Amino acid sequence: MLTIDNLSATVADKPILKGLSLNINAGEIHAIMGPNGAGKSTLGYTLGGRPGYEVTGGSVDFDGQDLLALEPHERAATGLFLGFQYPVEIPGVSNLQFLREALNAQRKVHGEEPLSGAAFIKLAKEQAGLLRFDMDMLKRPVNVGFSGGEKKRAEMVQMGILAPKLAILDETDSGLDIDALRICGEGINAIMRGPDKAVLLITHYQRLLDYVKPDFVHVLAGGRIVKSGGAELALQLEEHGYEAVAA
Amino acid sequence: MASLALPTRKDEAYRYADLAALAPLWPLAVQEIRVAAGATDALAITARSDAAEARELLITLEDGASFDLRVLNAGHAYGRIAVTAVLGRGASFHFGAAQLGGGTQTLEIVTEVRHLQPDAVSRQVVRSVLGGQATGTYLGKVHVARGAIGTDGEQSIRAMLLNRTATANARPELEIYADDVKCAHGCAVGELDPQGLFYLQSRGLPPAEAKKLMLHAFIAEAFVGAPDSEALTEAALAGLENLL
Repeated sequence: MLTIDNLSATVADKPILKGLSLNINAGEIHAIMGPNGAGKSTLGYTLGGRPGYEVTGGSVDFDGQDLLALEPHERAATGLFLGFQYPVEIPGVSNLQFLREALNAQRKVHGEEPLSGAAFIKLAKEQAGLLRFDMDMLKRPVNVGFSGGEKKRAEMVQMGILAPKLAILDETDSGLDIDALRICGEGINAIMRGPDKAVLLITHYQRLLDYVKPDFVHVLAGGRIVKSGGAELALQLEEHGYEAVAA
Repeated sequence: MASLALPTRKDEAYRYADLAALAPLWPLAVQEIRVAAGATDALAITARSDAAEARELLITLEDGASFDLRVLNAGHAYGRIAVTAVLGRGASFHFGAAQLGGGTQTLEIVTEVRHLQPDAVSRQVVRSVLGGQATGTYLGKVHVARGAIGTDGEQSIRAMLLNRTATANARPELEIYADDVKCAHGCAVGELDPQGLFYLQSRGLPPAEAKKLMLHAFIAEAFVGAPDSEALTEAALAGLENLL
C-alpha cells in the first residue's frame, strides 16, 4: 500500500530524513519508535505534505500513485489520514461543518454524491459513540478549548468519519490518561483494522501498543530506519532503551 | 457634519480616503436616525454595488434606547461608511461591520461614538479581509464626556491580509473625560494561520475551501447576535468568493 524508498527531507534547510525506506502492506499495522529528534514527526508531516517539509530525494508510492506529487488535500482524498501530535485549534469553525465539507470534498474527487445533512449526522454520531465523544463537542469549534485528551479523541472521530485507507498517527498516545488511551486504542482497532487498511503508529512508548498490537516495529534514528522487528522489539526498547537495542 | 468643500487628506477622518472617487459623490447627505427613549431599533447596510458608495449616518439614542447597526462593506469600488452615534443615559449601541476588498479598491469605516450621559454601552466589532492591493481602514473614536460615569465601551478591530500587497489601517481612539468608565480596545492585523490551513487541507479540503471556511468564521464575528446575521453572513460569503 505504501512504499517509501530512500526518502530524504529537510526542514528549514536542515536535513532530517536521510534515506528512509519502509514498506507497508494492506492489513498491516506498523509502529515507528525512536528517540527525540530522530525525525518521526518529520516523516508524518512529509508524508502529509505540510509546507516547509521539503523532499530532497527518494520516492513514496501510495496505492500506485506518486504521493509526493499530490497536494495535501489530494493525499487525503487518496485515502491518507494524518493524526496530529498537536491538533490545531480553529476558532469559529465547527467540527461538524468542517468534517462534512471535508468528507464531501473527498467524495467529490471519487465522483460520489455529497452526503446529506441527516446522513452525515448519523455517521458522525456513530463514530463519536465509538470514541465515547460527546456530540455536543462536535458542534463546537475545531479543537478550541479541548483538553489534550479530547483533542486526540476528536482526531480519532475525524478518522472514523473520513474512513481512510492508511492512517499515520503521530503520537496519538501523548497527553492521554489511562482510560483515554484504551478508548483511543480500541477506536484505532475498530476503524483501521481490516484487510484493505493499514496504520503507521509513531510513538515513544510501548503502552499504546498494548492496545494496538503492531505487526512490525521499526526504530528510527538519525533520519533512517536502523532496526526492524516484530512486536517484541517494542518491549526490548522499553526495557533496554534505544541506544542499547538499535546500536 | 457635511460641508460643501471636499475634504483633504489633512482632515483626519479622510486621511486614507480615495478622494478622487469621493469627489463626484460630494457633498454627502447625512442619514439621520433617532431612537426614542427606551425604544429598540436595528439597521443592516449591505454595500455590494459596482459603483463607489459613501454614506454618512448620524444616530441619536435617547435615554435607555438601543440600536443595532451592522454593515457589510463589500462593493467593488470605493466604499466608505461614516457613523456618528450619540448616546444618552443607559443607551446601548452595537456596531458590527465586515469589509471585504480586493483589486486596488479603498474601503473605510469611520466611527465616532459619543457617550454623553452615564451608563451607556457601546460595542464595535470590525473585521476586514483584504486581498490584492486593497486598502481597508477603520478609524474609530470613542468619546466619553465629563460626567458620563459608568460608560462601557469596547472596540474589537481585526484585519486579515490575503496578500502582502494589501494594506490595513486601524486606529481605535479613546477620548475620556470622565472617571469610573470601562473602555477597552483590541486591534490586530494578520494573515490566515498556515497551520490551521494545513490542518483543514490534510482532511481533504482544497486550499480555497479551507481559506473560505476560516475567513467565514472570521467575518461571522462581526454579525454575531444581529437580527439578520444569517443573511449578512451569506452576503459576505458571496463577497468572499470574489476575493479567493
